[in-house]
Amino acid sequence: MPSRGERERRDRPVKKKNTNFLSWAAPLAVGIVALIVWHALVKAFDVPKYIVPSPGLVLETLIADWGLLFNSLLVTLKITFGAFFMAVLIGTTLAFLFVQSRWVEVSLFPYAVLLQVTPIVAIAPLIIIWVKNTYAALIVCATIVALFPIIANTTLGLRSVNPGLADLFRMNKASRWQTLTQLRIPSAAPYFFGGLRISSGLALIGAVVAEFVAGTGGTGAGLAYQILQAGFSINIPRLFAALFLITVTGVLLFTLMVLLSKLALGSWHESEVAPET
Amino acid sequence: MVEVLSADKVYANGTRALNAVDLRIFPGEFVTLLGPSGCGKSTLLKMIANLIEPTAGRLLWWRHGYDRVGEPGKNLVMVFQDATLMPWARVQKNVRLPLDLGHLDKKDSNSRVADALALVGLTGFEDHYPRQLSGGMQMRVSIARSLVTDPNLLLMDEPFGALDEITRNRLDADLIQLWWKKKLTVVFVTHSIYEAVFLSTRVVVMAARPGRVLREVKIDEPHPRSDAFRVTQKFAAYAKELSECLAEASASGVTDL
Repeated sequence: MPSRGERERRDRPVKKKNTNFLSWAAPLAVGIVALIVWHALVKAFDVPKYIVPSPGLVLETLIADWGLLFNSLLVTLKITFGAFFMAVLIGTTLAFLFVQSRWVEVSLFPYAVLLQVTPIVAIAPLIIIWVKNTYAALIVCATIVALFPIIANTTLGLRSVNPGLADLFRMNKASRWQTLTQLRIPSAAPYFFGGLRISSGLALIGAVVAEFVAGTGGTGAGLAYQILQAGFSINIPRLFAALFLITVTGVLLFTLMVLLSKLALGSWHESEVAPET
Repeated sequence: MVEVLSADKVYANGTRALNAVDLRIFPGEFVTLLGPSGCGKSTLLKMIANLIEPTAGRLLWWRHGYDRVGEPGKNLVMVFQDATLMPWARVQKNVRLPLDLGHLDKKDSNSRVADALALVGLTGFEDHYPRQLSGGMQMRVSIARSLVTDPNLLLMDEPFGALDEITRNRLDADLIQLWWKKKLTVVFVTHSIYEAVFLSTRVVVMAARPGRVLREVKIDEPHPRSDAFRVTQKFAAYAKELSECLAEASASGVTDL
Protein backbone atom coordinates (compact mmCIF):
# COMPACT_ATOMS: atom_id res chain seq x y z
CA MET A 1 0.00 0.00 0.00
CA PRO A 2 1.30 3.47 -0.76
CA SER A 3 2.36 5.34 2.35
CA ARG A 4 0.69 8.50 3.48
CA GLY A 5 3.35 10.74 2.01
CA GLU A 6 2.96 9.01 -1.31
CA ARG A 7 -0.74 9.49 -1.20
CA GLU A 8 -0.41 13.25 -1.32
CA ARG A 9 -2.14 13.67 -4.59
CA ARG A 10 -1.45 16.64 -6.75
CA ASP A 11 -4.94 17.25 -7.92
CA ARG A 12 -5.93 20.22 -9.94
CA PRO A 13 -6.89 22.96 -7.52
CA VAL A 14 -10.16 24.77 -7.97
CA LYS A 15 -9.51 27.77 -10.17
CA LYS A 16 -9.83 30.96 -8.22
CA LYS A 17 -12.49 33.26 -9.52
CA ASN A 18 -10.23 36.22 -8.83
CA THR A 19 -7.48 35.30 -11.25
CA ASN A 20 -10.07 34.39 -13.85
CA PHE A 21 -11.68 37.80 -13.60
CA LEU A 22 -8.33 39.55 -13.63
CA SER A 23 -7.20 37.74 -16.77
CA TRP A 24 -9.78 39.47 -18.92
CA ALA A 25 -10.48 42.62 -16.89
CA ALA A 26 -6.88 43.83 -16.77
CA PRO A 27 -6.25 43.81 -20.54
CA LEU A 28 -9.68 45.34 -21.09
CA ALA A 29 -8.86 48.19 -18.71
CA VAL A 30 -5.58 48.84 -20.54
CA GLY A 31 -7.49 48.95 -23.83
CA ILE A 32 -10.07 51.42 -22.55
CA VAL A 33 -7.41 53.68 -21.04
CA ALA A 34 -5.48 53.60 -24.35
CA LEU A 35 -8.62 54.58 -26.29
CA ILE A 36 -9.33 57.46 -23.91
CA VAL A 37 -5.75 58.73 -24.16
CA TRP A 38 -5.91 58.41 -27.96
CA HIS A 39 -9.16 60.34 -28.07
CA ALA A 40 -7.85 63.02 -25.68
CA LEU A 41 -4.62 63.50 -27.63
CA VAL A 42 -6.43 63.83 -30.97
CA LYS A 43 -8.79 66.41 -29.47
CA ALA A 44 -6.11 68.28 -27.50
CA PHE A 45 -3.73 68.76 -30.43
CA ASP A 46 -6.54 69.05 -32.95
CA VAL A 47 -5.00 66.34 -35.15
CA PRO A 48 -6.61 66.36 -38.61
CA LYS A 49 -8.56 63.18 -39.42
CA TYR A 50 -6.42 62.47 -42.51
CA ILE A 51 -3.47 61.92 -40.19
CA VAL A 52 -4.95 60.25 -37.11
CA PRO A 53 -8.72 59.94 -36.77
CA SER A 54 -10.27 59.71 -33.31
CA PRO A 55 -11.48 56.28 -32.16
CA GLY A 56 -15.07 57.48 -32.34
CA LEU A 57 -14.67 58.45 -35.99
CA VAL A 58 -13.12 55.05 -36.77
CA LEU A 59 -16.15 53.37 -35.24
CA GLU A 60 -18.52 55.61 -37.22
CA THR A 61 -16.69 54.74 -40.43
CA LEU A 62 -16.77 51.07 -39.57
CA ILE A 63 -20.55 51.24 -39.27
CA ALA A 64 -21.05 53.47 -42.30
CA ASP A 65 -18.80 51.38 -44.57
CA TRP A 66 -19.85 48.05 -43.05
CA GLY A 67 -21.25 46.58 -46.26
CA LEU A 68 -18.04 47.26 -48.17
CA LEU A 69 -15.70 46.27 -45.38
CA PHE A 70 -17.62 43.13 -44.44
CA ASN A 71 -17.42 41.83 -48.01
CA SER A 72 -13.69 42.46 -47.97
CA LEU A 73 -13.39 40.74 -44.63
CA LEU A 74 -15.09 37.66 -46.08
CA VAL A 75 -12.61 37.61 -48.94
CA THR A 76 -9.64 37.85 -46.60
CA LEU A 77 -11.11 35.20 -44.30
CA LYS A 78 -11.63 32.86 -47.24
CA ILE A 79 -7.99 33.22 -48.26
CA THR A 80 -6.78 32.90 -44.68
CA PHE A 81 -8.74 29.75 -43.90
CA GLY A 82 -7.97 28.22 -47.28
CA ALA A 83 -4.26 28.81 -46.74
CA PHE A 84 -4.36 27.63 -43.13
CA PHE A 85 -6.13 24.43 -44.12
CA MET A 86 -3.65 23.77 -46.92
CA ALA A 87 -0.71 24.52 -44.63
CA VAL A 88 -1.95 22.05 -42.01
CA LEU A 89 -2.65 19.40 -44.64
CA ILE A 90 0.67 19.74 -46.47
CA GLY A 91 2.67 20.45 -43.32
CA THR A 92 1.54 17.40 -41.36
CA THR A 93 1.86 15.15 -44.41
CA LEU A 94 5.44 16.29 -44.94
CA ALA A 95 6.21 15.91 -41.23
CA PHE A 96 4.94 12.32 -41.27
CA LEU A 97 7.05 11.59 -44.34
CA PHE A 98 10.09 13.14 -42.66
CA VAL A 99 9.90 10.94 -39.58
CA GLN A 100 9.22 7.79 -41.57
CA SER A 101 12.35 8.14 -43.61
CA ARG A 102 15.54 10.00 -42.87
CA TRP A 103 16.23 10.13 -46.61
CA VAL A 104 13.06 12.04 -47.34
CA GLU A 105 13.80 14.49 -44.57
CA VAL A 106 17.42 15.05 -45.58
CA SER A 107 16.47 15.62 -49.20
CA LEU A 108 13.40 17.81 -48.66
CA PHE A 109 13.98 19.77 -45.45
CA PRO A 110 16.44 22.28 -46.99
CA TYR A 111 13.77 23.22 -49.52
CA ALA A 112 11.24 23.77 -46.79
CA VAL A 113 13.72 26.14 -45.20
CA LEU A 114 14.32 27.78 -48.57
CA LEU A 115 10.61 28.37 -48.96
CA GLN A 116 10.48 29.81 -45.47
CA VAL A 117 13.35 32.29 -45.87
CA THR A 118 12.33 33.59 -49.29
CA PRO A 119 10.24 36.74 -48.76
CA ILE A 120 6.75 36.06 -50.02
CA VAL A 121 6.61 39.58 -51.49
CA ALA A 122 9.41 38.60 -53.83
CA ILE A 123 7.78 35.48 -55.24
CA ALA A 124 4.12 36.52 -55.09
CA PRO A 125 4.18 38.28 -58.50
CA LEU A 126 5.45 35.06 -60.09
CA ILE A 127 2.77 32.97 -58.45
CA ILE A 128 0.11 35.43 -59.51
CA ILE A 129 1.30 35.16 -63.10
CA TRP A 130 1.48 31.36 -63.00
CA VAL A 131 -1.80 30.67 -61.26
CA LYS A 132 -4.70 32.00 -63.32
CA ASN A 133 -7.35 31.99 -60.61
CA THR A 134 -6.68 34.96 -58.30
CA TYR A 135 -8.10 33.24 -55.24
CA ALA A 136 -5.97 30.20 -55.81
CA ALA A 137 -2.89 32.35 -56.33
CA LEU A 138 -3.48 34.25 -53.09
CA ILE A 139 -4.08 31.01 -51.20
CA VAL A 140 -0.83 29.57 -52.57
CA CYS A 141 1.08 32.65 -51.38
CA ALA A 142 -0.46 32.59 -47.90
CA THR A 143 0.08 28.82 -47.64
CA ILE A 144 3.78 29.25 -48.29
CA VAL A 145 3.95 31.75 -45.42
CA ALA A 146 1.96 29.56 -43.01
CA LEU A 147 3.51 26.22 -43.90
CA PHE A 148 6.86 26.14 -42.11
CA PRO A 149 5.81 26.25 -38.45
CA ILE A 150 3.54 23.27 -39.05
CA ILE A 151 6.30 21.24 -40.70
CA ALA A 152 8.95 22.19 -38.15
CA ASN A 153 6.80 21.77 -35.05
CA THR A 154 5.11 18.55 -36.09
CA THR A 155 8.41 16.98 -37.14
CA LEU A 156 9.99 17.99 -33.85
CA GLY A 157 6.99 16.65 -31.96
CA LEU A 158 6.94 13.31 -33.76
CA ARG A 159 10.61 12.93 -32.86
CA SER A 160 10.21 14.06 -29.24
CA VAL A 161 9.32 10.69 -27.87
CA ASN A 162 10.37 9.71 -24.36
CA PRO A 163 13.26 7.26 -25.01
CA GLY A 164 12.11 4.98 -22.19
CA LEU A 165 8.65 4.74 -23.71
CA ALA A 166 10.21 4.07 -27.11
CA ASP A 167 12.20 1.20 -25.54
CA LEU A 168 9.04 -0.09 -23.92
CA PHE A 169 7.22 -0.15 -27.25
CA ARG A 170 10.19 -1.93 -28.82
CA MET A 171 10.33 -4.53 -26.06
CA ASN A 172 6.63 -5.20 -26.56
CA LYS A 173 7.25 -5.69 -30.28
CA ALA A 174 4.93 -2.83 -31.22
CA SER A 175 4.29 -2.48 -34.93
CA ARG A 176 5.21 0.68 -36.83
CA TRP A 177 1.53 1.60 -36.90
CA GLN A 178 1.06 1.09 -33.17
CA THR A 179 4.14 3.18 -32.42
CA LEU A 180 2.86 5.92 -34.68
CA THR A 181 -0.69 6.09 -33.39
CA GLN A 182 -0.15 5.30 -29.73
CA LEU A 183 3.21 6.92 -29.13
CA ARG A 184 4.38 9.38 -31.75
CA ILE A 185 1.13 11.20 -32.49
CA PRO A 186 0.14 11.80 -28.85
CA SER A 187 3.71 12.90 -28.08
CA ALA A 188 3.59 15.31 -31.01
CA ALA A 189 0.23 16.84 -30.14
CA PRO A 190 1.49 19.68 -27.89
CA TYR A 191 4.06 20.69 -30.51
CA PHE A 192 1.49 20.48 -33.29
CA PHE A 193 -0.89 22.79 -31.46
CA GLY A 194 1.98 25.20 -30.81
CA GLY A 195 2.56 25.16 -34.57
CA LEU A 196 -1.13 25.83 -35.22
CA ARG A 197 -1.04 28.99 -33.11
CA ILE A 198 1.89 30.44 -35.02
CA SER A 199 0.63 29.26 -38.37
CA SER A 200 -2.89 30.64 -38.02
CA GLY A 201 -1.50 34.14 -37.48
CA LEU A 202 0.92 33.70 -40.37
CA ALA A 203 -1.90 32.60 -42.69
CA LEU A 204 -3.66 35.90 -42.04
CA ILE A 205 -0.47 37.89 -42.53
CA GLY A 206 0.25 35.90 -45.68
CA ALA A 207 -3.24 36.58 -47.01
CA VAL A 208 -2.94 40.33 -46.41
CA VAL A 209 0.56 40.55 -47.89
CA ALA A 210 -0.46 38.53 -50.94
CA GLU A 211 -3.45 40.81 -51.49
CA PHE A 212 -1.19 43.82 -51.27
CA VAL A 213 1.07 42.42 -53.94
CA ALA A 214 -1.77 41.25 -56.15
CA GLY A 215 -3.64 44.51 -55.76
CA THR A 216 -6.80 42.88 -57.02
CA GLY A 217 -9.76 45.12 -57.62
CA GLY A 218 -13.45 44.59 -58.26
CA THR A 219 -15.43 41.89 -56.52
CA GLY A 220 -12.58 39.85 -55.14
CA ALA A 221 -11.16 42.69 -53.08
CA GLY A 222 -9.99 41.83 -49.57
CA LEU A 223 -9.18 44.05 -46.61
CA ALA A 224 -5.66 44.77 -47.84
CA TYR A 225 -7.14 46.20 -51.02
CA GLN A 226 -9.40 48.45 -48.95
CA ILE A 227 -6.37 49.65 -47.00
CA LEU A 228 -4.49 50.40 -50.23
CA GLN A 229 -7.46 52.23 -51.73
CA ALA A 230 -8.13 54.16 -48.55
CA GLY A 231 -4.47 55.17 -48.49
CA PHE A 232 -4.57 56.42 -52.07
CA SER A 233 -7.71 58.42 -51.49
CA ILE A 234 -6.52 59.65 -48.07
CA ASN A 235 -9.59 58.08 -46.45
CA ILE A 236 -7.67 57.45 -43.23
CA PRO A 237 -10.70 56.59 -41.04
CA ARG A 238 -11.59 53.73 -43.40
CA LEU A 239 -7.97 52.60 -43.39
CA PHE A 240 -8.11 52.40 -39.60
CA ALA A 241 -11.45 50.57 -39.73
CA ALA A 242 -10.03 47.95 -42.10
CA LEU A 243 -6.92 47.64 -39.98
CA PHE A 244 -9.12 47.15 -36.93
CA LEU A 245 -10.97 44.30 -38.67
CA ILE A 246 -7.72 42.56 -39.56
CA THR A 247 -6.51 42.83 -35.96
CA VAL A 248 -9.77 41.48 -34.56
CA THR A 249 -9.62 38.58 -37.02
CA GLY A 250 -6.09 37.79 -35.90
CA VAL A 251 -7.05 37.84 -32.23
CA LEU A 252 -10.10 35.65 -32.85
CA LEU A 253 -8.01 33.17 -34.82
CA PHE A 254 -5.49 32.97 -32.00
CA THR A 255 -8.23 32.52 -29.42
CA LEU A 256 -9.75 29.75 -31.50
CA MET A 257 -6.41 27.95 -31.61
CA VAL A 258 -5.97 28.33 -27.85
CA LEU A 259 -9.42 26.83 -27.30
CA LEU A 260 -8.70 23.96 -29.68
CA SER A 261 -5.46 23.21 -27.90
CA LYS A 262 -7.16 23.34 -24.52
CA LEU A 263 -9.80 20.94 -25.78
CA ALA A 264 -7.22 18.47 -27.03
CA LEU A 265 -4.56 18.70 -24.32
CA GLY A 266 -6.43 20.14 -21.36
CA SER A 267 -6.69 16.91 -19.44
CA TRP A 268 -3.02 16.05 -19.39
CA HIS A 269 -0.49 18.51 -20.76
CA GLU A 270 1.44 20.84 -18.42
CA SER A 271 0.85 23.85 -20.65
CA GLU A 272 -2.91 23.58 -20.34
CA VAL A 273 -3.25 22.52 -16.75
CA ALA A 274 -4.15 25.20 -14.24
CA PRO A 275 -1.10 26.28 -12.22
CA GLU A 276 -0.93 24.95 -8.68
CA THR A 277 -1.27 27.51 -5.95
CA MET B 1 17.24 -18.40 -17.09
CA VAL B 2 19.68 -15.96 -18.63
CA GLU B 3 23.33 -16.63 -19.34
CA VAL B 4 25.71 -13.86 -20.25
CA LEU B 5 28.80 -15.39 -21.79
CA SER B 6 31.91 -13.18 -21.88
CA ALA B 7 29.99 -10.26 -23.29
CA ASP B 8 31.86 -7.14 -24.43
CA LYS B 9 30.38 -3.84 -25.38
CA VAL B 10 32.40 -1.20 -27.15
CA TYR B 11 30.49 1.90 -28.18
CA ALA B 12 31.06 3.57 -31.53
CA ASN B 13 33.14 6.32 -29.89
CA GLY B 14 35.57 3.70 -28.57
CA THR B 15 34.31 3.62 -24.99
CA ARG B 16 34.62 0.12 -23.60
CA ALA B 17 31.48 -0.18 -21.49
CA LEU B 18 31.78 -3.87 -20.68
CA ASN B 19 34.71 -6.24 -20.71
CA ALA B 20 34.23 -10.01 -20.78
CA VAL B 21 31.26 -10.13 -18.44
CA ASP B 22 30.03 -13.55 -17.33
CA LEU B 23 26.78 -13.78 -15.45
CA ARG B 24 24.10 -16.35 -14.85
CA ILE B 25 20.67 -15.56 -13.56
CA PHE B 26 18.55 -18.44 -12.30
CA PRO B 27 14.78 -18.54 -11.94
CA GLY B 28 13.54 -17.14 -8.65
CA GLU B 29 16.66 -15.09 -7.92
CA PHE B 30 16.80 -11.45 -6.98
CA VAL B 31 20.11 -10.31 -8.42
CA THR B 32 21.39 -6.79 -7.90
CA LEU B 33 24.01 -5.18 -10.08
CA LEU B 34 25.88 -2.77 -7.82
CA GLY B 35 28.65 -0.44 -8.86
CA PRO B 36 29.89 3.12 -9.31
CA SER B 37 28.54 5.16 -12.18
CA GLY B 38 30.14 4.26 -15.47
CA CYS B 39 30.64 0.60 -14.55
CA GLY B 40 28.27 -0.50 -17.32
CA LYS B 41 25.55 -1.89 -15.07
CA SER B 42 22.80 -0.18 -17.05
CA THR B 43 24.45 -1.30 -20.28
CA LEU B 44 24.47 -4.88 -19.03
CA LEU B 45 20.81 -4.64 -18.05
CA LYS B 46 19.83 -3.23 -21.43
CA MET B 47 21.77 -6.05 -23.03
CA ILE B 48 19.79 -8.58 -21.03
CA ALA B 49 16.65 -6.70 -22.12
CA ASN B 50 17.73 -7.19 -25.73
CA LEU B 51 17.73 -3.42 -26.27
CA ILE B 52 21.41 -3.35 -27.19
CA GLU B 53 23.60 -6.03 -28.70
CA PRO B 54 26.94 -7.16 -27.31
CA THR B 55 29.96 -6.32 -29.45
CA ALA B 56 31.41 -9.74 -28.66
CA GLY B 57 30.28 -12.77 -26.68
CA ARG B 58 26.69 -13.85 -26.46
CA LEU B 59 23.59 -14.01 -24.34
CA LEU B 60 21.41 -17.05 -23.91
CA TRP B 61 17.78 -17.01 -22.90
CA TRP B 62 16.74 -20.41 -21.64
CA ARG B 63 19.68 -21.94 -23.57
CA HIS B 64 18.44 -20.37 -26.78
CA GLY B 65 19.00 -17.14 -28.63
CA TYR B 66 16.88 -14.14 -27.90
CA ASP B 67 14.50 -14.91 -30.75
CA ARG B 68 12.58 -16.99 -28.24
CA VAL B 69 11.70 -13.95 -26.11
CA GLY B 70 8.04 -13.13 -26.26
CA GLU B 71 6.84 -16.67 -26.77
CA PRO B 72 4.11 -17.69 -24.35
CA GLY B 73 5.56 -17.92 -20.85
CA LYS B 74 8.92 -16.56 -21.94
CA ASN B 75 8.73 -12.82 -21.60
CA LEU B 76 10.89 -10.22 -19.94
CA VAL B 77 9.94 -6.70 -18.95
CA MET B 78 11.81 -3.62 -17.85
CA VAL B 79 11.17 -0.87 -15.34
CA PHE B 80 13.10 2.28 -16.16
CA GLN B 81 14.83 4.98 -14.11
CA ASP B 82 11.78 7.17 -14.34
CA ALA B 83 8.23 5.93 -14.52
CA THR B 84 8.02 6.46 -18.33
CA LEU B 85 4.25 6.67 -18.29
CA MET B 86 2.24 8.10 -21.15
CA PRO B 87 1.16 11.49 -19.75
CA TRP B 88 -1.88 11.59 -22.05
CA ALA B 89 -3.30 8.29 -20.81
CA ARG B 90 -5.00 7.43 -17.54
CA VAL B 91 -3.46 4.91 -15.15
CA GLN B 92 -5.76 2.17 -16.44
CA LYS B 93 -4.63 2.63 -20.03
CA ASN B 94 -0.99 3.00 -19.05
CA VAL B 95 -0.97 -0.33 -17.24
CA ARG B 96 -2.89 -2.01 -20.05
CA LEU B 97 -0.42 -0.86 -22.70
CA PRO B 98 1.61 -4.10 -23.01
CA LEU B 99 -1.62 -6.07 -23.37
CA ASP B 100 -3.01 -3.60 -25.92
CA LEU B 101 0.17 -3.85 -27.96
CA GLY B 102 -0.18 -7.62 -27.89
CA HIS B 103 -3.81 -7.36 -29.08
CA LEU B 104 -5.24 -9.06 -26.03
CA ASP B 105 -8.96 -9.28 -25.45
CA LYS B 106 -10.13 -6.08 -23.73
CA LYS B 107 -12.23 -7.76 -21.05
CA ASP B 108 -9.48 -10.15 -20.07
CA SER B 109 -7.00 -7.25 -20.12
CA ASN B 110 -9.07 -5.13 -17.78
CA SER B 111 -9.26 -7.82 -15.12
CA ARG B 112 -5.50 -8.34 -15.35
CA VAL B 113 -4.96 -4.59 -15.02
CA ALA B 114 -7.13 -4.59 -11.90
CA ASP B 115 -5.04 -7.45 -10.45
CA ALA B 116 -1.76 -5.69 -11.23
CA LEU B 117 -2.96 -2.42 -9.67
CA ALA B 118 -4.08 -4.30 -6.58
CA LEU B 119 -0.60 -5.85 -6.28
CA VAL B 120 1.05 -2.42 -6.10
CA GLY B 121 -1.70 -1.02 -3.88
CA LEU B 122 -3.19 1.39 -6.37
CA THR B 123 -6.74 0.09 -6.62
CA GLY B 124 -9.04 3.06 -7.10
CA PHE B 125 -6.53 5.17 -9.03
CA GLU B 126 -7.49 3.78 -12.47
CA ASP B 127 -8.85 7.06 -13.77
CA HIS B 128 -6.06 9.33 -12.60
CA TYR B 129 -3.64 10.92 -15.00
CA PRO B 130 0.05 10.37 -14.20
CA ARG B 131 0.56 14.04 -13.33
CA GLN B 132 -2.00 13.73 -10.56
CA LEU B 133 0.16 11.12 -8.81
CA SER B 134 3.28 11.54 -6.69
CA GLY B 135 6.64 10.21 -7.90
CA GLY B 136 6.36 7.08 -5.78
CA MET B 137 2.89 6.31 -7.04
CA GLN B 138 3.96 6.86 -10.64
CA MET B 139 6.68 4.27 -10.05
CA ARG B 140 4.05 1.90 -8.67
CA VAL B 141 2.04 2.34 -11.87
CA SER B 142 5.19 1.55 -13.83
CA ILE B 143 5.70 -1.64 -11.81
CA ALA B 144 2.05 -2.61 -12.28
CA ARG B 145 2.51 -2.16 -16.03
CA SER B 146 5.51 -4.48 -15.97
CA LEU B 147 3.69 -7.14 -13.94
CA VAL B 148 0.55 -7.15 -16.05
CA THR B 149 2.07 -9.60 -18.53
CA ASP B 150 3.20 -12.09 -15.84
CA PRO B 151 6.87 -11.81 -16.81
CA ASN B 152 9.47 -14.49 -16.25
CA LEU B 153 12.15 -11.88 -15.82
CA LEU B 154 11.77 -8.39 -14.39
CA LEU B 155 14.59 -5.97 -15.15
CA MET B 156 14.78 -2.80 -13.07
CA ASP B 157 17.15 0.04 -13.90
CA GLU B 158 17.60 2.14 -10.72
CA PRO B 159 13.84 2.39 -10.48
CA PHE B 160 13.71 4.26 -7.17
CA GLY B 161 16.82 6.39 -7.67
CA ALA B 162 14.90 9.62 -8.07
CA LEU B 163 12.70 9.16 -4.99
CA ASP B 164 13.25 10.35 -1.45
CA GLU B 165 14.64 7.83 1.02
CA ILE B 166 11.41 7.22 2.93
CA THR B 167 9.43 6.49 -0.22
CA ARG B 168 12.29 4.40 -1.54
CA ASN B 169 12.43 2.20 1.57
CA ARG B 170 8.68 1.76 1.42
CA LEU B 171 8.82 0.70 -2.23
CA ASP B 172 11.79 -1.59 -1.59
CA ALA B 173 9.85 -3.37 1.14
CA ASP B 174 6.79 -3.72 -1.08
CA LEU B 175 8.89 -4.91 -4.01
CA ILE B 176 10.60 -7.67 -2.05
CA GLN B 177 7.19 -8.86 -0.80
CA LEU B 178 5.89 -8.88 -4.33
CA TRP B 179 8.93 -10.85 -5.50
CA TRP B 180 8.36 -13.39 -2.74
CA LYS B 181 4.63 -13.68 -3.29
CA LYS B 182 4.70 -13.87 -7.11
CA LYS B 183 7.92 -15.96 -7.37
CA LEU B 184 9.46 -13.40 -9.69
CA THR B 185 12.96 -13.34 -11.09
CA VAL B 186 14.46 -9.86 -10.82
CA VAL B 187 17.63 -8.19 -12.01
CA PHE B 188 17.93 -4.87 -10.23
CA VAL B 189 20.45 -2.09 -10.91
CA THR B 190 21.35 0.28 -8.11
CA HIS B 191 24.23 2.26 -6.65
CA SER B 192 22.82 2.07 -3.15
CA ILE B 193 24.56 -0.50 -0.95
CA TYR B 194 21.66 -0.61 1.51
CA GLU B 195 19.12 -1.20 -1.20
CA ALA B 196 21.28 -4.00 -2.58
CA VAL B 197 21.64 -5.77 0.77
CA PHE B 198 18.00 -5.40 1.68
CA LEU B 199 16.62 -6.71 -1.60
CA SER B 200 18.99 -9.24 -3.05
CA THR B 201 19.61 -12.90 -2.86
CA ARG B 202 22.84 -12.17 -4.69
CA VAL B 203 24.77 -8.94 -5.29
CA VAL B 204 27.02 -8.61 -8.31
CA VAL B 205 29.61 -5.92 -7.65
CA MET B 206 30.89 -4.23 -10.79
CA ALA B 207 33.90 -2.01 -11.41
CA ALA B 208 34.37 0.75 -13.94
CA ARG B 209 36.69 1.52 -16.83
CA PRO B 210 36.31 -0.99 -18.28
CA GLY B 211 33.01 -2.24 -16.86
CA ARG B 212 33.49 -5.72 -15.41
CA VAL B 213 32.23 -8.02 -12.70
CA LEU B 214 34.42 -7.75 -9.61
CA ARG B 215 32.75 -10.10 -7.16
CA GLU B 216 29.51 -11.80 -6.32
CA VAL B 217 28.16 -11.74 -2.79
CA LYS B 218 25.32 -13.98 -1.63
CA ILE B 219 23.01 -12.34 0.89
CA ASP B 220 22.17 -15.18 3.18
CA GLU B 221 19.01 -13.96 4.87
CA PRO B 222 15.73 -15.83 4.67
CA HIS B 223 12.60 -14.43 3.11
CA PRO B 224 10.18 -12.84 3.59
CA ARG B 225 12.33 -9.98 4.87
CA SER B 226 10.93 -7.07 6.79
CA ASP B 227 12.21 -3.63 7.71
CA ALA B 228 13.63 -5.16 10.88
CA PHE B 229 16.40 -6.70 8.73
CA ARG B 230 17.77 -3.20 8.08
CA VAL B 231 18.91 -2.78 11.69
CA THR B 232 20.51 -6.16 12.27
CA GLN B 233 24.24 -6.82 12.72
CA LYS B 234 24.11 -9.11 9.73
CA PHE B 235 22.82 -6.27 7.57
CA ALA B 236 25.62 -4.01 8.75
CA ALA B 237 28.20 -6.73 8.08
CA TYR B 238 26.97 -7.18 4.51
CA ALA B 239 26.92 -3.45 3.96
CA LYS B 240 30.51 -3.24 5.20
CA GLU B 241 31.62 -6.07 2.92
CA LEU B 242 29.96 -4.49 -0.10
CA SER B 243 31.32 -1.04 0.62
CA GLU B 244 34.83 -2.52 0.83
CA CYS B 245 34.20 -4.20 -2.50
CA LEU B 246 33.11 -0.88 -3.96
CA ALA B 247 36.20 0.87 -2.60
CA GLU B 248 38.26 -1.81 -4.30
CA ALA B 249 36.22 -1.26 -7.46
CA SER B 250 37.02 2.44 -7.45
CA ALA B 251 40.69 1.84 -6.68
CA SER B 252 41.26 -0.80 -9.34
CA GLY B 253 39.97 1.20 -12.27
CA VAL B 254 41.28 4.41 -13.76
CA THR B 255 38.81 6.78 -12.17
CA ASP B 256 38.13 10.39 -12.71
CA LEU B 257 35.91 10.76 -9.68
